[in-house]
Amino acid sequence: MSPLKRIAYFVGLPILLIIVWWALSFGSTNFFVPKPIELAQTLWSTWIGDRFFDDVLPSLGRLAVGLFFAIALGIVLGLLIGSTRWLRNLLEPLLEFFRAIPPPVLVPLLMLLIGINDGMKVAVIISGAIWPVLLNTVEGVRAVDSVLNDSCRSYGIAGFARIRYFVLPAVTPQIMAGVRQSLSIGLILMVISEMFASSSGLGFTIVQFQRNFAIPEMWSGIVVLGLIGLGLALIFQFVERRVLHWYHGLKEITHDS
Amino acid sequence: MTVSETTMNQPVQPVQPIQAVPMLSVRGLQKIYKVPGGDVEAVRDLTFDLAEGELVCLVGPSGSGKTTLLKCISGLMEQTSGTVELNGSKVTGPPKSMAVVFQEYGRSLFPWMTVRANVELPLKNQKVPKAERAALVDAALKSVGLDHVPKSYPWQLSGGMQQRVAIARAVAYRPQVLLMDEPFAAVDAQTRADLEDLIRTIWKQLGVTILFVTHDIDESVYLGERVIVLSSSPTVVQEDLKIDLPAERDQLNTRALPRFMELRSHVYAEIQRAKLGPVTEQITAQRRASLR
Repeated sequence: MSPLKRIAYFVGLPILLIIVWWALSFGSTNFFVPKPIELAQTLWSTWIGDRFFDDVLPSLGRLAVGLFFAIALGIVLGLLIGSTRWLRNLLEPLLEFFRAIPPPVLVPLLMLLIGINDGMKVAVIISGAIWPVLLNTVEGVRAVDSVLNDSCRSYGIAGFARIRYFVLPAVTPQIMAGVRQSLSIGLILMVISEMFASSSGLGFTIVQFQRNFAIPEMWSGIVVLGLIGLGLALIFQFVERRVLHWYHGLKEITHDS
Repeated sequence: MTVSETTMNQPVQPVQPIQAVPMLSVRGLQKIYKVPGGDVEAVRDLTFDLAEGELVCLVGPSGSGKTTLLKCISGLMEQTSGTVELNGSKVTGPPKSMAVVFQEYGRSLFPWMTVRANVELPLKNQKVPKAERAALVDAALKSVGLDHVPKSYPWQLSGGMQQRVAIARAVAYRPQVLLMDEPFAAVDAQTRADLEDLIRTIWKQLGVTILFVTHDIDESVYLGERVIVLSSSPTVVQEDLKIDLPAERDQLNTRALPRFMELRSHVYAEIQRAKLGPVTEQITAQRRASLR
């Protein structure tokens, strides 16, 4: 696909939806539904300026730190648990138990344990976003190819070299699938952690707007969240394509033949 | 020695016992798989030696425990009883001086590494200095005729070429013993002929000891200096046969030699006999007696 065509596909439907929205809300006087142009103006005036530094950046910072630790811990623990059979058997029921707990209910608990600060919010993000990466990594390590494993063993590739050259790359497709889920979970938890007892951040600000009936501002906050989600997806795609180019190539070829 | 069912101009020669310490020595090897619902004896009692620099083919009917045997020899699997010795020392895990080429080339190369990186990895792991490593990899790729694709990924290559990469990886590693587990079973016939000649060439160049497992009778006779015929499972050595074909072999002429025909017919008959069931020494002896 040519770059131009790709851009057309990328923005085509959003533009169409905005036009539809604009047409439907043209004569509307509904206070709760904003008009596109009005919303765009609000988006600009509300978020560009102080609020960007006071609310958006801190939120993004917490999200980045939370996701980083969730992914890193998920991979490291997943490799460890996946490659040690007794550990896997020991932990599996426990992991399923913790995974089943909806992370938002941990917010009050973590508030008591850690206090009302950035650490608590990061902890909430980690507590929810770690599971897809962790469990996918465990599953991936368990399912590494037996012939490749024998090849490694016969050439004496063991220990750290085995992890680095064999296990980690072999599990990367599963890890990336987990990361994709973790990103959206992380974003949700970022907002939720800021809705309780917070004085800054996107979640906090959106709730503030809603309580003060600043409806266009509230809507604009939701748009900002959507844009952050889109940004994350784009970054993910970019990284995934680089890290897993071999995987996509391999899949394409095996599908052809 | 036996004069088998087939008409033979010369009797098939038995293999002389090897005097010096053999490169590879398999003694009374037995493997029983413990599975739910009872034990399965895949390999019953295997004994044979490979002298240094020999090229020996192991041939047996399908399901005769060839892969099991190779896994035990390569230290990838623990045998139930018996011993495997490499150059006089017991094999308990994968030995450093051994390389294995597997049948499933698509699953034995790392798809995330280029051809070059695949060949280089075992050397890197052995901490071979960079310059020496590069030279070894270059030479190995050249010897298998793949010096033009080092930057490709294995999955971009045909099956035969992928198996060449796996062979190059083993060659660059400079093993004393090279084990090959039906390496050409999954490639087409023409590629197969090329690869067979490649193995002969590499064997002569490197002087490496090769144990080549196959289910293809013609292949075993064409490649080997010796052919060990296995019985069906539970496996024992049915026959150990010297292949007295000229050292220079080529697909056209060697395969047309009367001696080649005789040897392949002989092995074929042995395999057919093997399929009837495990042959104990006594039955073989009786059979031989009755043939006289």
